[in-house]
Amino acid sequence: MTSDVPALAALRRSPVAARRLLVFTCFLVTAVTLTPIVMMVLVAFQSDTESMAARPSLWPGSWHPENIGRAFDLVPLGRYLLNTIIFAGGTALLETATAALAAYAFARLRFRGRGLLFGVYLTTLMIPSQVTLIPQFILVAKMHGVDTWPGMILPHAFTALGVFLLRQFFLGVPRDYEEAARLDGANRWQTFIRIIIPLAVPAIATLAVFKFISQWNNLLWPLVISNSDSTRTAAVGLQVFQSTNGTQWNLLLMAAAITTVPLIVLFFLTQRWFVKGITMSGLGGR
Amino acid sequence: MAAPTHTAATAAPRRTPHGPLRGPRPRRHGSETLAAWLFLLPSLAGFLVFTAGPVIAAGVISLLDWNLFSPPRFIGLDNFARLGPDDTFWSALGNTAYFTFVSVPLTLLVSLGLALLLNQGLRRMAVFRSLLLLPYATITVAVAFVWVWLYIPHDGLVNAVLGVFGIDGPAWLISDDWAMPALIVMSVWKSFGFGMVIFLAGLQAIPQQLYEAAKVDGASPWRTFREVTLPLLSPSVFFTVVTSIIGSFQVFDQALVMTDGGPGTSTTTLVMYIYRTGFENYEQGYAAAQSMVLFAFIVVITAAQFLLQRRLVHYDL
Repeated sequence: MTSDVPALAALRRSPVAARRLLVFTCFLVTAVTLTPIVMMVLVAFQSDTESMAARPSLWPGSWHPENIGRAFDLVPLGRYLLNTIIFAGGTALLETATAALAAYAFARLRFRGRGLLFGVYLTTLMIPSQVTLIPQFILVAKMHGVDTWPGMILPHAFTALGVFLLRQFFLGVPRDYEEAARLDGANRWQTFIRIIIPLAVPAIATLAVFKFISQWNNLLWPLVISNSDSTRTAAVGLQVFQSTNGTQWNLLLMAAAITTVPLIVLFFLTQRWFVKGITMSGLGGR
Repeated sequence: MAAPTHTAATAAPRRTPHGPLRGPRPRRHGSETLAAWLFLLPSLAGFLVFTAGPVIAAGVISLLDWNLFSPPRFIGLDNFARLGPDDTFWSALGNTAYFTFVSVPLTLLVSLGLALLLNQGLRRMAVFRSLLLLPYATITVAVAFVWVWLYIPHDGLVNAVLGVFGIDGPAWLISDDWAMPALIVMSVWKSFGFGMVIFLAGLQAIPQQLYEAAKVDGASPWRTFREVTLPLLSPSVFFTVVTSIIGSFQVFDQALVMTDGGPGTSTTTLVMYIYRTGFENYEQGYAAAQSMVLFAFIVVITAAQFLLQRRLVHYDL
């Protein structure tokens, strides 16, 4: 049926033309996809009058790198970024550590109720975080944890997803390695630390990066639980930016770009693991 | 599996010709149980305090009249009864459903299309893949501001491009009819990368011989796609559908930044309404009741998908 279209039939006869069309399509799609990100950066460097003109211009008439400093002066953006690193880093570290321990128990140790408990963990994957939002807030408020780091980090540092992913990986580590260590007199803790963890570094790193990125992105929880600059994260900080400064597009988009850059850099550095992690964990299907 | 018992009879090691290494060794089993619980303790404690406890608490709070400041009052199912005549709630539910049932299929089509495109054996595939993944790696709040700028009525970039084709673009984010489609376009842009990576992984796992066999049989590209690619890709599709539906039921960030739920209530989503009820009106009980309804919807829809999965997803040839 498709071969009835003359253009397609011609393409099939000429592999070179088909390949060129393919590459062209890739370029086109990529260009369209990247437009918003490129625009964010371009507008961020425009002058105040240019960025607020009725007819927005695409390319800056003049470049204003001092907008970087002005964005940092207008709101405590540096503080917000540091807060985001503490929040995202703290949850990622804690989540990875506790998930690795639990995943080891689920993958390697026999105990009564293991299947049932793992089933319960799996079920919670479906619970939207909005269901737990209000009780978590009340719990943290009662413990005077509002606007504190433990209050920010702890409620988001234990999820079933990490346990699930790492268990999947630990199951694939050959038992022989552990048996050998055991025969050499190592106890369970030592085999866990010296055998399993080093082998699982890629999986653990993937989980940590995943978690870091999703918490860097998290708006709802920091919005609810942090109410001063001492814990406010960048995602929440940008909101403040909008309300206090109207639409000064160049500075707002500069701040947006600055908060996005660390994430994009991290993503680029780790995306090999990321993609491999998605494939390895069996999420890729087969 | 034999249930572990602690009687002396089973505790004695069973001697076999092969020595004490063979056979069950209940004493070690006991220490294994202890070790398992120690390994589980940190995760389990956090899980009980911050997930399991709050889920149960959410159910209880939904039965209370509570503003956090005065003592809670038990009011039974009144909070749920309040949902009936609450127009904003129904509109939020409708908007969330609209968002989900348009954005999920669209995201899926875009991800699958791009994965198929990138899977054509291009030499620079990894470069395109990385670049196309960029939107997924940005932070939602930040890029939502960019999209507000792109959607500026009359002279915004989106309408300028439409103008080139002779189309008079709408006032996007301040139009009752177009605010939601605008949100959906932004969300598809933001999230297609995730599905694309998963589909790429799935496509690359399909054995090449199957395509050669289809070619020998003289199958058209469309037929090959329908009868080889799609069935073998169905587990990835299933995973992506389930996770995107759950995710889009919880849409919040971009709606808050881009439209603040407006104009009117045309882009107020369920999560935004829960947030407003709980943290702007301080009606924790009513907000909890709404979150229970959201939870119920997610459970029903996910369960339905798992039932459908039995008929549509092929885990093997």
